[in-house]
This record gives sequence, structure tokens and C-alpha cells, in this order.
Amino acid sequence: MKFEGKAWKFGDDVNTDEIIPARRLTTIDPDEMATYCMEDIDPDFMKKIAPGDIIVAEKNFGCGSSREHAPIAIKAAKISCVIAKSFARIFYRNSINIGLPILESEEAASKIDEGDLVSVDLVSGEIKNLTKNETYKAQPFPEFMQQIVAAGGLMKYVMARRS
Amino acid sequence: MGMTITEKILAAHAGRDSVEPGEFIMARLDVVLANDVTAPLAIEEFRKAGAKNVFDKDKIVMVADHFVPNRDINSAQQCKMMRDFAREQELTNYFDVGQMGIEHVLLPEQGLVLPGDVVLGADSHTCTYGAVGAFSTGSGSTDFAAAMITGEAWFRVPESMKFVYYGQRQDWVGGKDLILYTIGDIGVDGALYRAMEFTGDAIAKLPMGSRLTMCNMAIEAGGKSGIVPPDEITMEYVEPRAMRPFRFYESDPDAEYHDIREYDVSKIEPQVAFPYLPANTKGISEVVGEDISIDQVVIGSCTNGRMEDLRIAAQILKGQKVHPYVRLIIIPGTQNVYMQSLYEGLIEIFIEAGGAVSTPTCGPCLGGHMGVLAEGEKCVSTTNRNFVGRMGHKRSELYLSGPAVAAASAILGRIGSPEEVGK
Repeated sequence: MKFEGKAWKFGDDVNTDEIIPARRLTTIDPDEMATYCMEDIDPDFMKKIAPGDIIVAEKNFGCGSSREHAPIAIKAAKISCVIAKSFARIFYRNSINIGLPILESEEAASKIDEGDLVSVDLVSGEIKNLTKNETYKAQPFPEFMQQIVAAGGLMKYVMARRS
Repeated sequence: MGMTITEKILAAHAGRDSVEPGEFIMARLDVVLANDVTAPLAIEEFRKAGAKNVFDKDKIVMVADHFVPNRDINSAQQCKMMRDFAREQELTNYFDVGQMGIEHVLLPEQGLVLPGDVVLGADSHTCTYGAVGAFSTGSGSTDFAAAMITGEAWFRVPESMKFVYYGQRQDWVGGKDLILYTIGDIGVDGALYRAMEFTGDAIAKLPMGSRLTMCNMAIEAGGKSGIVPPDEITMEYVEPRAMRPFRFYESDPDAEYHDIREYDVSKIEPQVAFPYLPANTKGISEVVGEDISIDQVVIGSCTNGRMEDLRIAAQILKGQKVHPYVRLIIIPGTQNVYMQSLYEGLIEIFIEAGGAVSTPTCGPCLGGHMGVLAEGEKCVSTTNRNFVGRMGHKRSELYLSGPAVAAASAILGRIGSPEEVGK
């Protein structure tokens, strides 16, 4: 799977309240969740982004609450993937489970600037900065998680194991 | 090689003699939990997968606590979806308004989580139950949906970090102060992916309420779980509540830790975490001089909504008046905490002081309802997160503390210490 999009940069410890505030959690509709994506950190975020764009953040992205609404809102906003130096563990797990592509890369997160055109190859874990003509490597997923990703998310993985 | 308490519990639930950090295991679950925010998404996933029945109607707990009593039509719809599902599946442990409490105060109180358990909860503060000697961790809705079907979950066995607390606690220092100090020391990702094991003679003397508070905030350091080795205090708390067998595990003397940190608690004073991270901590003596005036005080939540917390607040508020510019909101964590507070006269003390007492709810902690902040307002709260916009407007400010500093601040109208109100 390959993606290409413009990078939107965020700092350390972006928490799930910033990704989607708790006051917006009384819905199970992904499209509605998308309209609130990042609203408290950048009220114009949804107006600025185009489908396929990429979020690039520093350390501990997605810390805080366990709300799956956070990766769902990002996915439904049509962000193609999130690259960060590190992810908070529940956000990491939720992203794998729902099929939001995420990549850990110190190098990519520090070298990509906002507005850079970035392409990502999920299979090889290669991140290309087309603006700066640089290539970075992401941490590969552990094999166990690759099985969940390959199955199309946790529910499909679980149901396949049962049948 | 020896194992930690966390590794032993996980091994036992994976049907193994031993496990090592970094391994992926499939573990049997003793309790699976969700609330009115996380259950609806999971119920959708459960249906989409074509599942008909939950794996065990006694082991799934659902609590309506975040937006109840319902804030608006949307939250009423979410609760109805969970309620209908609980009735359809005949869940033994579904808690609605009138029986409910804030989940992480309620489950230990009801004896639903026990030593040696593996607990998965679709709420990040599920790490609370480590206080009774269980492995307990938060997840999202999809993990919960899968667990409702299979009774299992996958885990990466975490490395453990050991925190040793020794010495005599100062006056008005409780579990909240110890954990805020620790998060201030290691940072909001200082324990990322790891199990935090809280030990030492100061922990051995710490009451269960404070232990629950400490484990509750393990997630605020990025931890996967928090755990306190079970002892006599655990037994005293758990024995009268348990309705099924439980088991105490302990770490081997030669268990391996990623890191061991020691804290002399006699040097730790009441702590305040400044906006906008729980790691921005300062000792109260540094804060008093800053003269930070406040608009609201909240005492309650899954972190500090237990009897121990309300008794401390009442000790400080007794015979005093809340500052005229401050709104004091007190939220007992469960119906039992509320009732016990009534018997002990605490509710009377709160109301006479000018405080508002609410039925149990997560409410203001997540900016849901029952005390949302306006632009520019400042609040001292015994809750667990002070992120941007957490309790309301994105330009409001939240200062986290234990119940003693919160109660004293309500009287003073600014962030202050119990000593300043003559305690």
C-alpha cells in the first residue's frame, strides 16, 4: 500500500482530547467525528487538509483516553497515515485494530517540515520526502501485528480464527 | 530468571509457565469492561462481525457513567444502545443510573475485580485495578468487542519499572501527590508501554483508596498498567467483597526491571500539576506565592472520588465557607460512597460550606457536563488530566491536585495549602 500527501506537523504529546474532544463523543458516525478532527489544536485543520494528506508528529502521539473515536476521526478525515517519533500504546493498538496506517520513525518526524510532499510505502516501511528528496525508514510492525493488519483489522482476524 | 508479578499473572492467563517482556501472548480475561462512550462503537463491531452472544454474561461489565444522567439526546441514545444490548445479552453486571458509580470506583468496591485477575477495559483508566494486585489495562472499543466474543485478548508482555517509596508521608500527602510527583519525575511518556510496579514501606502503609489513585494515573505516564503487590491491606479490602476465588502473586527477588527508581516520601509535599500536562508538577510551597485565583474546584472522579478523599475534603471544609467567587462541585464516586458520606455527615459539611454535591458521574472531568469551564476560567480539580480543553473551553486552565489542596483552594479562592486554612 502506497500513499502520497502533504505533511501537517504537530508537536509532542498530542492527546486524544485534542484529536477529538470528549464533548463530541456522543456519536458513532465516523463522518461526524471527522468534522471535529483536531478542532481544539487547530480549528481550521479540516478546511486545510486534502484527502491523502499525512500527519507528522513528535513523541507520544495519541496519549490520554482510550477513545477509538480518535483514530476513527483521523481515518474518516481521509488522512492517509500518521508518522510520529512514538505513539501512546492504546492509540497505537486502536489504529492497528481499525486499520489506520501508522508509522514510527524518529528520522522522518524530525526531518519532514509542514507542507512537504511525502510518499509512504507501508509494505517496505519506506518514507520518501519528495520535496527534500530524502528517504527515511520506519520501524517495521512486529510480526504478530502484521497478521492483524493483513487480516484487515482485529475483528476480521478474530472471526477468521474462530471459523 | 525470576518473574515480576505482572509476568506471572500474564503467564498464568496464557496457560504458560513463564513469559518474557516483548513476547506476544493471547490471555484469558477475567473481566471485560466498557462504558457509555466506548460500548456503542463496540456493539456496532460486535453486530458487524455477525456475533450473536457474548462469551460469558457474568464477566462483561458495562457502566453508564460518562454522560449520565444523560446530558442531551445524543448521549441518551448512546446509553439506550448500551442498555438494550445489556438486556438482550442478559449481562449480570450492567450498572445504570441509581446503581451506577464511576466505573473505576465501582468495580473494586463491588468486588468485581480481584487479585491475580487479567482485566481489559475500554477506558484508559482501567489500569486502576492494579491496586488490588491484578493486571489491568485500557483498550479501545474494537479490542473490547473482540473480547466480548472470545473472552481473550492479545498482549505484548510489558517490561516492568519498579518504583520504591520509603519514609514517612508528610501531612496531607496522599496517593495523588505521590503519583503526580512520579509523573513529574518521569514525564507523560516515562513509562510508555511498561508496567509500573509501586512498592516500598510507604506503599505498604498506604490505604487502598490511595493505592487505587496511584494505579489510576499510571496511564498518565504512558504506562500499560500499574500494580501494587497484594498484602494485608489488600486482603482486608478484597475478602469481604469477593464472590469468587482469587490469588495473590508476587515478584521474584531476582525479577528483571527496565528501571528501578526510589523516592523518599518524607521529602514530597502536596503536588499541583499545571496546565496542560499532568507532568507539569510543582510542590504546593512553590505554588502558594504565585497567587493563582480560581473559579471552580472539582472533588471527585475515578482518581479521587472515594471515601478516603471525601473524608479529607470534609476535614478541611468543616465549619468553613467556600470563597464567594468559587464554585465547589463534589462528586461521590458511587451510590455507596454517597450513602456513606451521608451517614458520616460529610454531605452536610459540604453543603453548609457552600458546595454543590452531585450524583456520581464522570461529568466535568472530561468536559462532558456538570461543571464545564468558560473561556479563561481556572479550576483546581482532583481529576487526572489537564490537557487543553479537557474540562471545557480550550482557553480554560486546569490544575490537578489531591483532595486536601483542592478543598483548601476552594476556601481561599486561589491555589493554596491546607495549612493556610489552619489545618
